[in-house]
Amino acid sequence: MSAETGALVGDSAVLEATALPALIQALRDEGYEVIGPTARDGAIVFSEYGPADSLPVGYEDSQEGGRYRLIKTAGRRVFDYVVGPKSLKEWFWPPRQPLWTARRGGRGSYTIDPPDPKVAPRRAFVGVRACDLAAMAVNDRTFDNGDFADPAYLKRRDNAIFISVDCARPAATCFCASMNTGPRSSSGFDLALTELEDADTHVFLVRIGTEAGAKVVARVPHRLSVESDLERARAVVTQAVARMERSMVPGIDALLKRNFTHPRWTTVAERCLSCGNCTMVCPTCFCSDVKDHTSLTGDVTTRVRSWDSCFTLDHSYVHGGALRQSRMSRYRQWMTHKLSSWWDQFGVSGCTGCGRCITWCPVGIDITEEARAIAEGDLTQAAE
Amino acid sequence: MAGARKPRLAVHKFASCDGCQLTLLDCEDQLLDVVGEIEIAYFLEATRQEIRGPYDVSLVEGSITTAHDIERVRRVRAQSKMLIAIGSCATAGGVQALRNTADIDALARAVYPNPEYFQTLTTSTAIQDHVKVDFELRGCPISREQLIEVVSAYLTRRKPNIPNYSQCMECKQAGTVCVMVAHGTPCLGPVTQAGCGNVCPSCERGCYGCFGPKEKANAKSLARWFEGSLGLSGRQTHDLYRTFNAGAPAFCEVGLAAIGEKTDETVAEVTR
Ligand code: SF4
Ligand code: SF4
Ligand code: SF4
Ligand code: SF4
Repeated sequence: MSAETGALVGDSAVLEATALPALIQALRDEGYEVIGPTARDGAIVFSEYGPADSLPVGYEDSQEGGRYRLIKTAGRRVFDYVVGPKSLKEWFWPPRQPLWTARRGGRGSYTIDPPDPKVAPRRAFVGVRACDLAAMAVNDRTFDNGDFADPAYLKRRDNAIFISVDCARPAATCFCASMNTGPRSSSGFDLALTELEDADTHVFLVRIGTEAGAKVVARVPHRLSVESDLERARAVVTQAVARMERSMVPGIDALLKRNFTHPRWTTVAERCLSCGNCTMVCPTCFCSDVKDHTSLTGDVTTRVRSWDSCFTLDHSYVHGGALRQSRMSRYRQWMTHKLSSWWDQFGVSGCTGCGRCITWCPVGIDITEEARAIAEGDLTQAAE
Repeated sequence: MAGARKPRLAVHKFASCDGCQLTLLDCEDQLLDVVGEIEIAYFLEATRQEIRGPYDVSLVEGSITTAHDIERVRRVRAQSKMLIAIGSCATAGGVQALRNTADIDALARAVYPNPEYFQTLTTSTAIQDHVKVDFELRGCPISREQLIEVVSAYLTRRKPNIPNYSQCMECKQAGTVCVMVAHGTPCLGPVTQAGCGNVCPSCERGCYGCFGPKEKANAKSLARWFEGSLGLSGRQTHDLYRTFNAGAPAFCEVGLAAIGEKTDETVAEVTR
């Protein structure tokens, strides 16, 4: 293996699993902070790697509605867990973001400190999944619709690259195949890895998506791929699709639109805690709240934007009261926005099929099961 | 506001442990700013100086457990422009509200050698059960940050930023891995109001519910999950729900139901 193959955008390379630390180092050498999967507090979360950190080896996750367990195996495989509770969104719009600070001066004057002027750090996100890439594509529309854009988001976005991995072992909660977002990364990556392991070999197929990705590959020992490598990678994806247990019912957008008064909304509201976990872990939920915080002396005010959720009462507050009082109306807002009205608003689905909301719901409410129940009792059949 | 009189603050105590009042003294970094903006007129825990009412703001700690308390809290109300109930005792009757569903005479006989000298109500109730309360700060004890927040909001005449959503929102914003989903630890966070600063889950403990029920808390659904999926007994579910906010209606009712006791009329009345 050498680093001198001249692999270009669109090519695929193969690197030994033992070269993964070199890949991480190459990202640092290219000037990126590396953000990657880390086993912490019983889950896989994205965190910033220190100089000695590398990808965790031999972990599997077991996920079900309301249940997540991380299992350490004796194996050498690197990516046999999938998405954890944290998505990429916190790196692009943090849970709590000061917007500006105003200070009182003498004689009725005041000054305003503009938002943090620092340029965003260059970051490489390693081990992200196809559904994470799909979520970023959704978020790009949310934070820049052509007329209005969030400058802080765009700055962070411009300086980010993504090293994705195709999932070989989806969790029981995943349903990306039915949302056409995975398990294979089809766009939005700089490099896309597929883990190829058998008794004799343990290598990674690396698809090169961008110039930035090609530069990184050029720093790591590799060879160009041959047809048999691509064949093995295709088999990994085929097997992952076959293993996927959950799916979204087809035609969900229109289905929800014509079932606004379906009795299932009441049934799910008896279980729903309106805790907001589903929206917090969802990689595309973007709602936020803006509040002013004053100092005791009243001389300093900071305006802060923080994550909010349509499951909070204040989310629907208009002068005089909140519109969505019942848990029923809040659950319905969430599900119809994710799967239906998001299309009207942004021209895509707000759901990528990552399954996080299923796993991290404290009482295991499953958006695919709710959709199926509504489909089965469809109030008005679709027009012919 | 040159020449303007500083607002007068009073701190009153009923049946409680003093922990919430101490939170005010614990605001070391901000205390100087506080006394710069506010005249502390009545605060026995901190100063022997007593300035008589009326007060602009009264912080009221503790629950109502005697006939004398009822008289006194009415006087406090009459003397206060704004009354803020602080802590689980003042907002839900505290842990001592366990007596509301127990035999108070039996308890008195078990604790006091001469129970005939002991005069008490059969219930421990929140301040708002007796007088109008303008704002509630939850917690056992209350959070320092929230206390500073209501005081600064009062001084700048704005609405305090005190969320009434779940503790889970705080977990997720802090990046805490959910102890219930990832470890199977029972946690009251989904039905408990945020504001403590994510104390327990960030130490891998389940939330004990000391900030009391969130708005529209669905304690029943969570109890079903505890027993059906986490394997808790009805007694364990009861004990979880009936601690610092034992008298809070949303927790009391579901806690009692978990041990097969119905909330009878009197309890329902007391716990509203
Ligand atoms: S709605 Fe659920 S499955 Fe869909 S993207 Fe959000 S968290 Fe993932
Ligand atoms: S589902 Fe709710 S929290 Fe998510 S973006 Fe829509 S309104 Fe906001
Ligand atoms: S669906 Fe689940 S996670 Fe979402 S608000 Fe309801 S109980 Fe919480
Ligand atoms: S640890 Fe408790 S409070 Fe935190 S998210 Fe989980 S259930 Fe909610």
